[in-house]
Amino acid sequence: MDIRLEAISHSYKEFEVLRDITLDIPAGKIVCIVGPSGCGKSTLLRLIGGLERPGSGRILQVGAPPENCLNPLTYIFQDFALLPWRSVRGNISLVLEDHRIRGAEAQRIIDDVLARTKLTDFAAALPKQLSGGMKQRVAIARALAVNPAVMLMDEPLSALDSQTRELLMDDLVSLWTRQPFTAVYVTHNLHEAVRLGHSIVVLSRRPGRICEIVQIDTPLEARQMGDPDLDMKQKYLWQLMRDEARAADAELLNV
Amino acid sequence: MSDVSLTPPAAGAAPTRTIAFRGGGFAPRSHRWIGMAVFVVLILIAEWGTRTGWITALTLPRPSDVLKTFGELYSSGLLLKHLGPSLSRLAVGAALGASVGVCVGILIGLFSYIRSGLVPLVAALFPIPKIALLPLFVIWFGIGEGSKYALIAFGTFTPTVVATYGAVDNVDRTLIRMGQSFGLSWFSIVRKIVLPGAMPGILSGLRISLAIAIILLVAAEMLGAEYGIGAYILQAGSLYDLERLFAGVVILSLLGVLVSTVIGAIERRVLGWRT
Repeated sequence: MDIRLEAISHSYKEFEVLRDITLDIPAGKIVCIVGPSGCGKSTLLRLIGGLERPGSGRILQVGAPPENCLNPLTYIFQDFALLPWRSVRGNISLVLEDHRIRGAEAQRIIDDVLARTKLTDFAAALPKQLSGGMKQRVAIARALAVNPAVMLMDEPLSALDSQTRELLMDDLVSLWTRQPFTAVYVTHNLHEAVRLGHSIVVLSRRPGRICEIVQIDTPLEARQMGDPDLDMKQKYLWQLMRDEARAADAELLNV
Repeated sequence: MSDVSLTPPAAGAAPTRTIAFRGGGFAPRSHRWIGMAVFVVLILIAEWGTRTGWITALTLPRPSDVLKTFGELYSSGLLLKHLGPSLSRLAVGAALGASVGVCVGILIGLFSYIRSGLVPLVAALFPIPKIALLPLFVIWFGIGEGSKYALIAFGTFTPTVVATYGAVDNVDRTLIRMGQSFGLSWFSIVRKIVLPGAMPGILSGLRISLAIAIILLVAAEMLGAEYGIGAYILQAGSLYDLERLFAGVVILSLLGVLVSTVIGAIERRVLGWRT
């Protein structure tokens, strides 16, 4: 299942946040969206997943989601959004209960996703007992449980320290290589973008427009830290963004 | 400023002292026995004062006499006779008021029209002294148990509503968005995200509402009650029988402590997930 954005524009009251975004998100690829703060990248993600209505333009789903897909467009949030009163297992079963999956079938799915995210030993733990990295693993496990067609990841690693971030990037890469998934990955961290993105969409500052789409052809599993090619790409992305970021930083906030 | 060096000054040249600790405090913890000790000390002072005579019997009854009165009350079987109706009034009234209050509070927390319509109404009802409405309740619900239930229910209703909708407002919106993004039904979101998320606020509101219910118990038993702790206290008060008055007041206090302990236990059980 692909996602197609056609001429998306969006504004909050008189503030135009996105202007004329046309973009294809092909199945089985990770599309990273980077841009200076306030460029509307998180808004774009909320539009794609239907949590907000675009001001104009259309967002299309091309093709049918795979069978046994419970929730085609599934988010992973920056702040994890785990229910603090439910255990790890309970947090995952939450998203299955509404699909009338209970008992042995739910058990099987939960055990499977916990194993894939290396959380099997933590099934009974409450979120408050887990580190930030573990919490985000739970959120990833929860997203995997509904077998999404497209994962919408909103700065998923931004609340984590840099070491945990590296570990989780490795985990995401191994998850993808084992079973490629489609993802839109919003981040302000260019290192994450060149590590995880098959293509990287650079947005301008507000109102966000597409500056450039950078393709990275190195396979995900072959991307190593210190790879000169990736460093070049990262440097190039930063050059694209630097002036925009500086201008965005100097803007007065009108919230 | 230019001659800053990293080598330490010669020994004895500069005075050394440990840096004084200035953090700490502002983190009160509860010590179990201190509360008890305060009660004991106050009662001992009262006992000693009334015995030596610098507190006259008119000012304060002697604690041992109050205890004796309490003992008589218990042995004569009147205690249960008074406690029974009071507890049932408290239970029915508070359960009614609190449950309707929680429901209305949740509705206010969820729907704009209900919020716009009811918040001013609740604000108008809250400051009314419910005692003043007792005659009205007697006309509406009869001199029997009905008016007593209504008074206590009405008194617990308003604080519960206010606490509940405040608690619903405070539920983390990102959790609700998460629920929506996973396609949970509206009802599931309310039951599995909003309600548990609002539970801490609802329970701390219940602490206040139930204390108010105990206060109103006395008011409710002002009219048409033969038995009941409130009736007992009012009767003793009108006869200036301070021992009996205090015995009744102590029962109400104990009731308050009991309610607060029960809510504390519920909180520990239900809200164990809180950090």
